[in-house]
Amino acid sequence: MTILVYAVVAWVFAIGIYGAIVSRNLIHLALCLTVTQSSTYILLLAIGYKHGAGAPIFEDVKLGTAAVDPVVQSLTLTDVVVSVTVIALILALALDVHRQSDSIDPDEISTLNR
Amino acid sequence: MSSRQRLRAWIAAPVLALFAAILGWGFARAPAFGDFHGAYGDLLNRIAVPQRHTSNVVTAIVFDYRGFDTMGEEFILFASVVGVVLLLRAVREPATGQDDPVASDAIRLFGIIMVAVILVFGLWLAAFGLVTPGGGFQGGVAIAGGIVLVFLASGYRAWRTFGRERLLDPFEGLGAASYAAVGLAALIAGAPFLHNLLGLGVAGTLRSGGSMTLLNWAVAVEVAAANLVLYTEFLESYLVPHLPRR
Repeated sequence: MTILVYAVVAWVFAIGIYGAIVSRNLIHLALCLTVTQSSTYILLLAIGYKHGAGAPIFEDVKLGTAAVDPVVQSLTLTDVVVSVTVIALILALALDVHRQSDSIDPDEISTLNR
Repeated sequence: MSSRQRLRAWIAAPVLALFAAILGWGFARAPAFGDFHGAYGDLLNRIAVPQRHTSNVVTAIVFDYRGFDTMGEEFILFASVVGVVLLLRAVREPATGQDDPVASDAIRLFGIIMVAVILVFGLWLAAFGLVTPGGGFQGGVAIAGGIVLVFLASGYRAWRTFGRERLLDPFEGLGAASYAAVGLAALIAGAPFLHNLLGLGVAGTLRSGGSMTLLNWAVAVEVAAANLVLYTEFLESYLVPHLPRR
């Protein structure tokens, strides 16, 4: 099980990076970055998990009941929301590149040709 | 693969090999799945409820134990929204007289019901963030999702009531500013930055959390406004120009 979890993390990270390397399209590149980033969420949440433990919320659960690690969860939740706006910024930059050079293929955009 | 792609792959290969080695080294020392004993998390699970009177430990971490870090996150969010606005708003002309009404009554009716349901759900998520699963970040996203559904369910003209820069920009600024203001208020009162001034309240109720409640709502407003500003900017720049003219 341990190997499977870490393999999923490495695989999601790797396909994101592979996509970014061979990307011919800036919007595709931005989505590859989100995929890569998602691997860190899986890693954080998987590391904080404990067998047989509940959520770290003690509303109707007795204090002292086994609960998963709350720190990695708080890191993940803020990051998920913030990453959406950062991706929006990257997409806006891609659209700006398209407006200026009529292409979103990184190989066709050259600052030297301006 | 084109030759450029092959070239890029060859350039990336040594870096990735190094990275894979570091990753493998890290994984070899990582805890077995389901057997993690982080001292910090275990400690917080025991002391957060008696110490901070918030039954949701995750929210207590976001707005109290790591409250300063969350302020940084909030300003990353704010800065990227400002960046999107700078890139998109400057170059577009104001769109007028365009509409793309949704023709189906069934979709409109169901959509408007769902707007109400999602809005109430979002407000509930944000309001009870310190008690049950939820919080300002999640609630803000849900609230924005509910409002943007107006566009999908009923068309551009109805959406334009909410999706206006002059309406949304103040909320975006207010959300970011009030988080910092809560922190500075503590400084003025002679306590550390972001210190809880309002008392802790009763755990498990809406009156729990003190200053954390204010921070929670500041983030909810900030996140909801940020998402709506982003929807508005992309819609106005790239969808509205293609709407049929009336």
